[in-house]
Amino acid sequence: MDLATALQILDSTVRLSTPLLLACLAGLFSERAGIFDIGLEGKMLMAAFFSAAVAALTGSVWLGLLAGIASSMVLSGLHGLASITFRGDQLISGVAINFLAIGLTVLIAQDWFQQGGRTPSLIGGGRFQEITLPFADTLQGVPILGPIYHDLISGHSILVYVALLMVPLTWWILFRTRFGLHLRAVGENPAAVDTAGLSVVGLRFAAVGICGILCGIAGAYLATGLQAGFVKEMTAGRGYIALAALIFAKWRPWYALGACLLFGFLQAVALRYQNIDLGAFTVPVQFMDALPYILTVVILAGFIGKAVPPKSGGVPYVKER
Amino acid sequence: MSKMPAWADAVLVPLISIFLAAILSALVILFIGEDPIAALNLMVDGALGSTYGWGYTLYYATNFLFTGLAFSVAFHAAQFNIGAEGQAMLGGLGVAIVCIVIPWPHWSLALIFALVGAAAFGAFWAAIPAYLQATRGSHIVITTIMFNFIAAALLNYLLVNVMRPEGSMDPATGKFPEATHLPTLHDILGVFGIPFSKAAPANISLLIGLIACVLVYLLIWRTRLGYEIRAFGKSESAARYAGISPVKITVVAMMISGGLAGMMAINNVMGEAERLVMNATEGAGFIGIAVALMGRNHPLGVLLAAILFGFLYQGGAELALWASIPRELIVVIQALVILFTGALDNMVRMPLERLFGAVRREG
Repeated sequence: MDLATALQILDSTVRLSTPLLLACLAGLFSERAGIFDIGLEGKMLMAAFFSAAVAALTGSVWLGLLAGIASSMVLSGLHGLASITFRGDQLISGVAINFLAIGLTVLIAQDWFQQGGRTPSLIGGGRFQEITLPFADTLQGVPILGPIYHDLISGHSILVYVALLMVPLTWWILFRTRFGLHLRAVGENPAAVDTAGLSVVGLRFAAVGICGILCGIAGAYLATGLQAGFVKEMTAGRGYIALAALIFAKWRPWYALGACLLFGFLQAVALRYQNIDLGAFTVPVQFMDALPYILTVVILAGFIGKAVPPKSGGVPYVKER
Repeated sequence: MSKMPAWADAVLVPLISIFLAAILSALVILFIGEDPIAALNLMVDGALGSTYGWGYTLYYATNFLFTGLAFSVAFHAAQFNIGAEGQAMLGGLGVAIVCIVIPWPHWSLALIFALVGAAAFGAFWAAIPAYLQATRGSHIVITTIMFNFIAAALLNYLLVNVMRPEGSMDPATGKFPEATHLPTLHDILGVFGIPFSKAAPANISLLIGLIACVLVYLLIWRTRLGYEIRAFGKSESAARYAGISPVKITVVAMMISGGLAGMMAINNVMGEAERLVMNATEGAGFIGIAVALMGRNHPLGVLLAAILFGFLYQGGAELALWASIPRELIVVIQALVILFTGALDNMVRMPLERLFGAVRREG
């Protein structure tokens, strides 16, 4: 394999990892605060549609991004209402949100655009353009480092860099701020947080809200950055892969980056090669597709270190009377 | 907290939830500029207005009956089996192997062994997550989701590389032999001289589904194992003190659940398609969740909910055909049903409990 091919695969890895990373960090905030969220998929899908739809109607990708975030936040609010206010089952609520998104996006898309459940293809200002970092073109001639800088590091849309910056930011918020401490505490022992005079409900809604924002950016990136418009069920299970990455990362931000890059790499390889010939035997493309899920099951089974979720995850908090 | 009478809990709460879901669905139809009443008429007419419509409604209902029962058995043991989709896919694989490999003399023999094959494959696919949950503490929701995707990839591989007949481009098995074709409702009712549409796919699996309903009822409420499953589901620690093995109950309940989900394949794979195709389950595994929640995890409730969803599916297909409403409307209704009967249950329950409490104090 030559440098150009390797760079192409790695470049595609970065692009494909971005939505996973944003959704994974979204899940991280929510689950660290004790709210399980299997509705990441649905929120991304909803945001993908509304960002593409608004971008197509207004021609402004930034308005699209805002609409995407807003629609994802609405679903977050619903999840919060069901699982925090009415102490319902968080898993059931997540399942409902995923189906709601699958159905509503196609219904509304058909109503607005009559193109069989898709949005028109986005052009020009309707998409996030690739950014060329400073000196990328001048340094391109430098051996090895030049192409790496030009092809791999430079030339992505702004949301890719936003996603990467979210990793240290998430780490800093969760582990270096008072708010982050409270957030983690409410996921481990909400009664203690309540006793300390803090609002369990408020903190959990804040976490679910942040989750909505990040899922919104993830969905907007899918429809307006990675691709040029919305198509039916375009998230294609990415929300679940993000969930898998979250467990793989054991609910930690830097590990989440690693897990998402790994899963993104698997997707990139599966995209580029159909079957991989290893001489003695051939790895079918379906195995590459299934690998993130298999790895997650192995991790969950505790064969490679133990993945311990936040203690009060999935349990509604009932104040003592 | 004031308690509600049993009838209110079993009937009133779900009815109000469904009513709320129906109102919101009507609003969604209004929002996309269609007439909800006309849509409902079209659905009723298309799904229940002819034996053809009934044939499809009951065909879909049979699928949902199996997956609904599957979800509810696991739920009684406090296991959230979101993997019925994958288990039903594997069940399809079991059915296909039984039907293709062995030359059957008669459909009845083929059906019995196809049932065994489907149940065994489905149960196996549920057993791994169950065992990992019980012994290694890996969360069953996540593992069953992962197993859905792994099942899809596995089936994709087998259909493309192994089971596809020579020269065919379609990722599917060849047609099953004539002798394995199941009698449809047209054939069965014809024996009694009752006319029924020949084109509709409802078949003898419906009767198997009804038998499964009775058996699940007997299992859960009339056997020792059922008692242990319910006891374990209510309180794991109490069950443990009563000498019930958590590992055994988790694995057994999940295997029964997976077996039921797998058995759906005799309806859609053996009964309808008569070959194994990609994505044969069409999301029925997930609809089982809505069906079980709506049916309050009781076989009778599951049966009624399965028929309602069968109606929605067939009616939705008619809507897509005759009105400019995409089929995804059904997915929205399904989501609203799950939301109101499952996640927002307390929103309906809390005010009702207060109301009943107030009435009792005055009375």
